[in-house]
Amino acid sequence: MEWDWAFVAEITPTLLQGLKLTLFITLLSAIVAAVLGLVLAIARRSQNLLIARPVGAFAEFIRGTPLLVQLYFIFYVLPDIGIVLSPLVAGVIGMGLHYATYTAEVYRAGIENVPKGQWEAARATNLTIPQTWQHVIIPQAVPPMIPALANYLIAMFKETPLLSAITVLELMNQAKSVANSSYRYIEPMTLVGVFFLATSLVSVVMLRALEHRYGRLGK
Amino acid sequence: MAEWSGYLTLILQGALVTAQLTLMGSALALVAAFAAGLARLAPFAPLNWLATVYIEFFRGTSIFVQLFWVYFVLPFAGVSLSPLMAGVLALGLNVGAYGAEVVRGAILSVPKDQYEATIALNLTRFQRMRHVIIPQALPLMLPTFGNNAIELLKGTAVVSLISLSDMTFQAQVVRAQTGSTLIPFVTILILYFAFAMVITTGVKALERRMTRGLDGVR
Repeated sequence: MEWDWAFVAEITPTLLQGLKLTLFITLLSAIVAAVLGLVLAIARRSQNLLIARPVGAFAEFIRGTPLLVQLYFIFYVLPDIGIVLSPLVAGVIGMGLHYATYTAEVYRAGIENVPKGQWEAARATNLTIPQTWQHVIIPQAVPPMIPALANYLIAMFKETPLLSAITVLELMNQAKSVANSSYRYIEPMTLVGVFFLATSLVSVVMLRALEHRYGRLGK
Repeated sequence: MAEWSGYLTLILQGALVTAQLTLMGSALALVAAFAAGLARLAPFAPLNWLATVYIEFFRGTSIFVQLFWVYFVLPFAGVSLSPLMAGVLALGLNVGAYGAEVVRGAILSVPKDQYEATIALNLTRFQRMRHVIIPQALPLMLPTFGNNAIELLKGTAVVSLISLSDMTFQAQVVRAQTGSTLIPFVTILILYFAFAMVITTGVKALERRMTRGLDGVR
């Protein structure tokens, strides 16, 4: 089968629509992952072992199992106990939760990387705990995290095709439906690859700039 | 209850396919990682470019897209692969690209004096890698390789979407036949996690073995 440019022109608008949804999902999941990751990181640091241990084990479990199966779990099992979610919401929760366990590690490393002397100095200058966090710890802990967090943002973007398995009509699913109705696979599948590669390469360049600006948090 | 044992057998058959994919994929990934990692360090520009293109391409798109491309597009180019081969190829090359960066980083972090010493001792390029650099770089690579192997294990779930009957695929079959969702999915989640634990323990044991005799070196 030959490469057909006319067909490419015909399907590009449909695929771009899918790309738009893909970016939207990435953004939403990233917000969920960023917030939930912070919650997980703080819970794991808790003095109360009854909180820290189970949260830690839960995060390990999520990280050791495939995102696809977790998506199936949210999409197919939760309705049985009365929680019916639209594919999009299920996908955003699944992706957000999965990557929250990764961002939690970034937060943890970032916070632990602030030297102990900073805590002691804050104590010595009589700062309250909120003041310590706001003026001493966070300004030092956050910048080194930025490249690592951005890295996971790119990773999430690349994982969005998995949502096509729970019928979200994102880029991959648009391409599949185009391919199935026209019996042409080369153009849609290649275009999906090109779109992802192009977006990823641009983001990698931006990531390098971020790393240059904020330095790198140990891998 | 009798029928459940039948469904469990189905899922265990899938587990076998998943294990097979993980092993074969990891083997390919290891080869690809060393080939591309060393090629990026080679003092020959075209080899560098080739490795860089490979790494950036496979890291820039997801395993899902690559798998579909291998399975649906390559046949038109005359290369027809079985789902298993397509899965191993896509998974191995994808994880290999991540591994290549690990190999490169670990080799670069071996102190420069070690290189100078091998030159002073008149070792050949191959002898230098085989006896001095790699033995010191390997322990640095292992922990990350372990993580990569777990990522590969998680990636195998995607092959269920190209109709390869792995664990996730079988769970879907059970779901379709029984209408029960909780049991099949919880079963495979636990199995996946157990596999991941096996990899973690294996890599830790390997790490202990590799670092033996290296005390005091670093």
